Amino acid sequence: MPLLTRLLGPMLLCAGLVILAVAIGGIRNGGWLQVLVVVIGAALLFNGIGKVARRRFGPHVDVTAWLCAVWLIVLISAAVFAPLLPIGEHQDLAATLSEPTMARPDLLSAHPLGTNNFGLDLLTRVLYGARVSLIVSIGAVLMGMVFGGLVGIVAGFRRGPVDWVASVLTNSFLAVPPLILLIALATVLEPTLQNIAFALSLLATPSMIRIARASTMALAEREFVMAGRAMGASNLRVMVRELLPNVALPLASYGMVMISVLIVAEASLSFLGLGVEAPAPSWGNMIAEGQGRVFEQNPHIVLVPGVVLFFTVFAFNALGERARSRFDSRAGKL
Amino acid sequence: MTNQSVKDDAGALGSASAAPSLRARRRAGAWRRTRRLFVRVAELMAVLFLVSLGTFALLSLIDTDPAVTILGEGHTQADYEAVREDLGLNDPLLERYADWLGSAAHGDLGASIVPPYHDVLDRIMAALPVSVELALLGVGMALLFSIPLAMWSAYHAGGRIDRWISAGTFSVLSVPSFLAGLLLIWLLSNGLGWFPRAEWSRLDEGLGANLYHAFLPALTIALAETALLTRVLRSDLITTLQEDYILAARAKGMGTVHIMFSDALRPSSFSAVTILGISLGRLIGSTVIVEYLFALPGMGTLVVGAARTGDYVTVQGAVLVIALIYVATNALIDLSYGYLDPRVRRSHA
Repeated sequence: MPLLTRLLGPMLLCAGLVILAVAIGGIRNGGWLQVLVVVIGAALLFNGIGKVARRRFGPHVDVTAWLCAVWLIVLISAAVFAPLLPIGEHQDLAATLSEPTMARPDLLSAHPLGTNNFGLDLLTRVLYGARVSLIVSIGAVLMGMVFGGLVGIVAGFRRGPVDWVASVLTNSFLAVPPLILLIALATVLEPTLQNIAFALSLLATPSMIRIARASTMALAEREFVMAGRAMGASNLRVMVRELLPNVALPLASYGMVMISVLIVAEASLSFLGLGVEAPAPSWGNMIAEGQGRVFEQNPHIVLVPGVVLFFTVFAFNALGERARSRFDSRAGKL
Repeated sequence: MTNQSVKDDAGALGSASAAPSLRARRRAGAWRRTRRLFVRVAELMAVLFLVSLGTFALLSLIDTDPAVTILGEGHTQADYEAVREDLGLNDPLLERYADWLGSAAHGDLGASIVPPYHDVLDRIMAALPVSVELALLGVGMALLFSIPLAMWSAYHAGGRIDRWISAGTFSVLSVPSFLAGLLLIWLLSNGLGWFPRAEWSRLDEGLGANLYHAFLPALTIALAETALLTRVLRSDLITTLQEDYILAARAKGMGTVHIMFSDALRPSSFSAVTILGISLGRLIGSTVIVEYLFALPGMGTLVVGAARTGDYVTVQGAVLVIALIYVATNALIDLSYGYLDPRVRRSHA
C-alpha cells in the first residue's frame, strides 16, 4: 500500500488541524474535554509534520529542533511587538475593573488565554512576562559571555598567578549554590530589571570563565597558534585573532543552555517573591498566583504561564544541546 | 613552558634517579599525593575564606537600614544611631568581618534582627535536619527510579521505549521544580487526596508519619534528579555493555538481570557520581523551593523568609552554613573518585 504510506503524513497533519479547529471553535467551554482534544490534535499534528518533513527533506531532518526554533521566533517577536498588539491589559488594575475575573481560556473570546484574579489578560501578561524573562536572561548571558570569555582566555593563555587568582575567584562563586547566591543578592538589591540581570550574570560568569579557560588551554597547544607565534604575533594578537574566534563558538553554544537555566532562575526568584513584584508580570510570579486553593479551582492560572515557561526552557535546552554537541568538543563527553 | 611547571615538578620528583627502585617510586608517589591533598585543602580554605568575606561584604551593602528594620519607623535619629552603634555597624567593614568570623568560629552567628530575635545558629540547627532529610530522600528516590529506567533504556538502546524514556527525561529537565511541585500537589494531593500538603511531622514523631509527610516534597526533588541520572547512567551503561567481560558473562549463561546488577552497574556509576556532585547546587536550590512551596520548616523557608524581611544576619549565617556543606560535600565527592575507580588514582599520579 505505497499510496497509503505516502499519504499518511499529510492525512495526520490535516486530521490534527481539523481536530484543533474543532477543539477551539466547536466545543467551547468544554473544560477538560477541550484540553484533551487539543492535546490529541497537537499530537497528531506533530506526528504528521514529522512524517511530511522526513519524506520531503530526508530521514535525518530534526523536526523537534525546527519546531523549537519556530516557537522561539514566534515568542520573541510577539514579546517585542507586545505593546502594538491588540490584546488586553497586563498590569494596570484600574483599567480592568469591568473585565471578567478568572475567565477560563477561550481562544475565540476577548481573552484567549483567560484572565486572572484582577481581570488582567493572561495572554498579555505571558507576553510581558516573556519580555522580562528574555531581556533579563539574555542580557545576563551576554554580560557573562563577554566578561567570562575575556577573563577565561587571559587566564588560560597566560597561566601562572593570573590563572590561579581567576580560578580561586570562580571556585568561590561556584562554592555558593546558585539559588542561594541569588537569594542573598535579592536581600540586598532592589528588584529592578537591571539588578536582576546583574545578579543572574554573576551566576553565568564563573562557568563561562571555566569554559573559555579550558577551550583556550586546548587551543593554545594547536599548530595555528604556534604558527602565529612563529610569525611574530604578540600575545594580545594571538589572543584576539587566533583564540577569541575559536573560543566564541563553544561559549555561545553554552550560552544557549545557560539562557534556559537563567530563565528558570529568574522564574524561581519571582516565584519566591524576591524577584519581579506583582502586579508587574513575570512567569514566576504569575505561577505563584496559583498557590494554594486557586490552582484547584482555576488550573489555567498556573497552566498557562507554566506551559509557556516549559516550552521556552525546552526550546533553549534542545537547541543549546544540539549546538553544544556540534561546537563544543568537551560536551560530547557528558 | 610555564604551563607545565607543576607537572614537571611532580615528574622530576618521580624520576630523581635514572632507575628508581620500586620503593623510591612508591615513596615519591605518597609524597605527591600528600602534596596534592595539601594544595587542595589550602585552596578549599581560600575559597571558604573568600565566600565568607564575600557574603559578609555583600550583605553589609543592604540599602534598607537595619536600625529601621529593628525599631520600625518614627523614632529619633539618636535612637537609630544607638542601635547602629550597638550592632557595631559604625565600625570599619574588615573589623566587623573579623568580629563576625571570630564569633562564628565559636558557634555564635548572632541573633536575628527581626522579632522574635531568635539565635541564628539555633534556628539553623532546627532547620538543617529537615533540608538534609529532604535532599537525601530525593536523591534516594531518584536512584531507585533511575537505575531500572537506565538499565531498561540501555539494554534496548535505540528502541521505541528507549526513545520515549530519552524524550521524557529531556522534557522533565525543562520543568522548573516549583512548577513540578505545584502539578504534583494538584494531582496527588488535591486531585486524588493521597497525600497531605503543607504539613510536616518531625522525625521524633515517628518514622512513618515523617516519611508520609516528606513523600510529596521528596518526589518533587527526585523528578529532575531522576531525569539527569537516567540520562547519564544510560549512556555509561551502553558503553559498559559493549565490553568483552559482559560478553563473557553472557557466554557463561548468566541472566540479563544478573549481568546488569552485578557486572554492569558498578563500572557505569562513576559519571553518575560526578553528575550528583555537579548537580548538588541545583539539588540545594530545588530543596529551597520545595520547602517554600510545601511550607516545610527547613533551611529554604528560613532563608527566603529572612531575605523577605531584610534580616541580613540570618541570611549571612545561613549562606555560610550552606556554602560550608556544599564545599565539603563537593570535596568528598572529588576524593571518592579515587576509591571508586582505581584508574583515576593512577592517572592523576
